[in-house]
Amino acid sequence: MEDLKKLSEAIIGGDAQSARAITEKALSQGIDPVRIVHDYMVPAMNEVGQRFDCNEYFVPELLLSARAMKSCLELLRPKLASGGVKAAGRVVIGTVKGDLHDIGKNLVAAMLEGGGFEVIDLGVNVSPEKFVDAVKNMDANIVAMSALLTTTMPAMKTTIDALKDAGLRQKVKVLVGGAPITEKFADDVGADGYSENAPGAVSLARKLLAA
Amino acid sequence: MNEFLKNLLSKSPIVLDGAWGTQLQNKGLEPGEIPDIWNLNHPEKVYEVAKSYIDAGSNIILTNTFGANKIRLSESQEFSSKVKEINQRGVEISKSAANGKAYVFASIGPSGKLLMSGDVTEDELFKVFKEQAQTIVEAGADGIVIETMSDIEEAVIAVKAAKTTGLPLVACMVFDSGKAKDRTMMGNTPEECAEKLLDAGVDIVGSNCGQGIETFLNICKRLHNASLRQVWIKPNAGLPTVVDGKAVYKTTPEEFVRYVPDLINAGAGFIGGCCGTNPEFVIQIRKYCSSYNQIGL
Repeated sequence: MEDLKKLSEAIIGGDAQSARAITEKALSQGIDPVRIVHDYMVPAMNEVGQRFDCNEYFVPELLLSARAMKSCLELLRPKLASGGVKAAGRVVIGTVKGDLHDIGKNLVAAMLEGGGFEVIDLGVNVSPEKFVDAVKNMDANIVAMSALLTTTMPAMKTTIDALKDAGLRQKVKVLVGGAPITEKFADDVGADGYSENAPGAVSLARKLLAA
Repeated sequence: MNEFLKNLLSKSPIVLDGAWGTQLQNKGLEPGEIPDIWNLNHPEKVYEVAKSYIDAGSNIILTNTFGANKIRLSESQEFSSKVKEINQRGVEISKSAANGKAYVFASIGPSGKLLMSGDVTEDELFKVFKEQAQTIVEAGADGIVIETMSDIEEAVIAVKAAKTTGLPLVACMVFDSGKAKDRTMMGNTPEECAEKLLDAGVDIVGSNCGQGIETFLNICKRLHNASLRQVWIKPNAGLPTVVDGKAVYKTTPEEFVRYVPDLINAGAGFIGGCCGTNPEFVIQIRKYCSSYNQIGL
């Protein structure tokens, strides 16, 4: 298992090439893909999140680790699916109507993918109707909304109201984030959760789905 | 340092302006609408904002050109080819409002793309910022402020591009990350940023946006110690809360100005406000700074 410890290290170090090579080798040796994910990759991403919390890691390190994780998951996902293992959840994500700033949204999407979620990225300036349609058509169980502008953050409430009107609110957990967003704002608009940063969004998504 | 700025700073503290975006929103700018386009569509409203800061006593006002770079403007089909007109009008509007009573520093904001994710290359960024900066100098601005930068690599490229104009040059980073909120989004410290920006040829370093004024004392001190120059500071009026579906900034002008003496002691030579501040804030800053040397314009 020496090799697989190196997988964790490669993910923590953001080395996509090594991480992918080790995963490939492990799969060819017949190692259970579920074990690869649960015993080595998820703990690695948790470590990345902890280093972020301790100010040891910042956005560049997060992006590199998420990329390494994603690269491994591309190899693992078909095996996991054929073994009947589902993704951690299906997320529709986008910046709210009127907001074109997607750096934060892209980062959260990358981290969620790295965390084993299936991510449907609706892009920027996503109308409430588009969120509703995506939840309906893609059978998502998480809606993640991002806003950078104080002028667009009220669109989060509009979108949550639209989900309610469409009878979909109970079906999904709603996550919100972005520079001007606070815990209190998330409560006020009726979201299920708020995270201050991208790694936090992954643990929050897991927690909400487990609840 | 640039001679013009050196002379100006001999009369510090210099009073800057307040927010433009939130002021334009009060005048009807829609969420998601690109504010810079108003230089062409509603120049009279942009003029009102500029004039309100002149009347409030700003020594330097900026321009409504924060997002007027090719990458940002390409969000709108109609305006993606109008980088030049929008920047030119932006400088003209501020100059006509200033009418010789204040200097006009043109604003250059970030591209909105992350170099690291490969959404844009260094060469592209340099070209885009150079195009904007050249238009600004041709339109007769007195200086350039590169502001609200989260990525020091992008800021350095913008500085190098703007440096080609020969105009006095300020560059400001946003420090809103890390436990102590003293890092940029990409994890850089004030010291690292100051060093890289000075190496790239900037005249003045600073910080704007991201947080309320109380957190800027530490940032200001560190930028001052690292750059050995007076610092450009523009904090927000706190962090916004939402009341009745509208974002509201809670810090009052009176609360804001209470921090100004400490900021000056911490090395701030230019003081104004970012998101949520308005002419009332500038009036208060002006009132306090008038006890120092008056700037003779």
